Amino acid sequence: MSNQRRYTKTHEWITVDGKTVTVGITDFAQSQLGDVVFLELPSPGRKLAVRESFGVVESVKAASDLYSPVAGRVTAVNDKLTAKPELINSDPYGDGWIMKVELTGDLPAELLDEAGYKTVTEASAG
Amino acid sequence: MTTGALNLAASAQHRTPLYDRHVALGGRMVDFGGWELPQQYTSIRDEHLAVRKAAGLFDISHMGRLVVEGGAAEAYLQRLFTNDLSQLAPSHAMYTLMCQEDGGAIDDLVVYREAADRFLVVVNASNREKDIAWMTKHIPAGVSTKDHTGDMSLIAFQGPRAQSLLPRDSSPTDDIPYFAFRPGKVAGVPALVSRTGYTGEDGFELFVDSNRVGDVWDAILAEGKSEGVLPAGLGARDATRLEAALRLYGNDMDETVNPYEAGLGWTVKLGKGDFIGRDALAKVKEKGARRSLVGLVTAPGDIPRHGAAVSHAGSRIGVITSGTHSFFLGHPIALALVEGPSLRVGEKVTIEVRGREAPAEVVKLPFYRGSARSAAAPATS
Repeated sequence: MSNQRRYTKTHEWITVDGKTVTVGITDFAQSQLGDVVFLELPSPGRKLAVRESFGVVESVKAASDLYSPVAGRVTAVNDKLTAKPELINSDPYGDGWIMKVELTGDLPAELLDEAGYKTVTEASAG
Repeated sequence: MTTGALNLAASAQHRTPLYDRHVALGGRMVDFGGWELPQQYTSIRDEHLAVRKAAGLFDISHMGRLVVEGGAAEAYLQRLFTNDLSQLAPSHAMYTLMCQEDGGAIDDLVVYREAADRFLVVVNASNREKDIAWMTKHIPAGVSTKDHTGDMSLIAFQGPRAQSLLPRDSSPTDDIPYFAFRPGKVAGVPALVSRTGYTGEDGFELFVDSNRVGDVWDAILAEGKSEGVLPAGLGARDATRLEAALRLYGNDMDETVNPYEAGLGWTVKLGKGDFIGRDALAKVKEKGARRSLVGLVTAPGDIPRHGAAVSHAGSRIGVITSGTHSFFLGHPIALALVEGPSLRVGEKVTIEVRGREAPAEVVKLPFYRGSARSAAAPATS
């Protein structure tokens, strides 16, 4: 399950490589938000609990909180997003990644697989 | 007053004749004043920049279109509107407010004089039924009004290159002054071609029969595509109108706000004779407005949102009425309705952003002056 994306109900995604977890927001989330213009990101070193708010994404439409899918310590944030927040829209699963977290403990059981997340988006796309 | 072709029964959700085209173009459809319209097609940023650099095409058929005619039509509208229609020549348009007795704004609108005794009135979509009720209540003998919102569509082609990018088989427009209009054709289709808009740019609002508007829409996009013309949604419309500091009814003003507070005192002609709201507005002018609408800029990321508190020297002085990130200017911009006389340009205030205080600075309006011909703007004020 290492490189397979996992999702939260709050529209974050993760990939896992050993103890390192990469976090971003989903394609569905970016399409709902519209053009992203700013991100408030955590400082490296910050400890996060599962579902703790770690930042804010500002789109033309609204400001939305970001929630950590896992517990761990922030090891890196994507500095490219400061100058080019639109990477969230153009490449949400690639260059638009948001942060890397060193996992403490196990992955939460509540994370969703592709099919599980699809159920969430279909419900909210209504 | 007759009800026109638009069927308002059953569903609250209206669609314009261009609905299928919006969906085919990938438009993300949202509810705006009871109408299903595209927030954006591809990207608000791209659509916004297209309007500023080339031209963008908007469907604004949701706006209400009412024809008022009869021998007493001018006198009737003079009584309803704050601006002076005696200064409005045929084939010209005028921006005005319609106020309550207490001076509160019922709506802001553009009135087009087609002939001495015939006017076309374009009102905000969300206010159309309210406006019709108010206008009907005050209608005298010798005047008729008809709602053409359904059978006559309205699209806006806006941008510094709009004139040169009109499609083939369109009538010449170089002799149409700002805030003037004439009958002509666009892409071979009869249209009322008006040099007006809501973006701060040069361009046209085109009144076209609802059965033919799709042909005009398609021709403008097809022929303009290689020159950077894009269909533009509500997001780009809001950003461009805000950069030009054009007010949005429901955000920047409502029935509790008078024209002087909204910075639209130039539309109030107290000397033209009696009109609804005149006495109240004369008092406001004499005493000075209690509040004023000011322009604010903030640092990137501190996006002011409608309703956010504005403070000055530690005291709350008002609220943000409109705010967005300006892709064109590269930072957020906002309008705020604040207590007291206008703050000076350069003055520092704070606004509430995501639950904290963020610095903001008062700036001169508009935030951006586009290619719209300013010569004829408030020519009669």
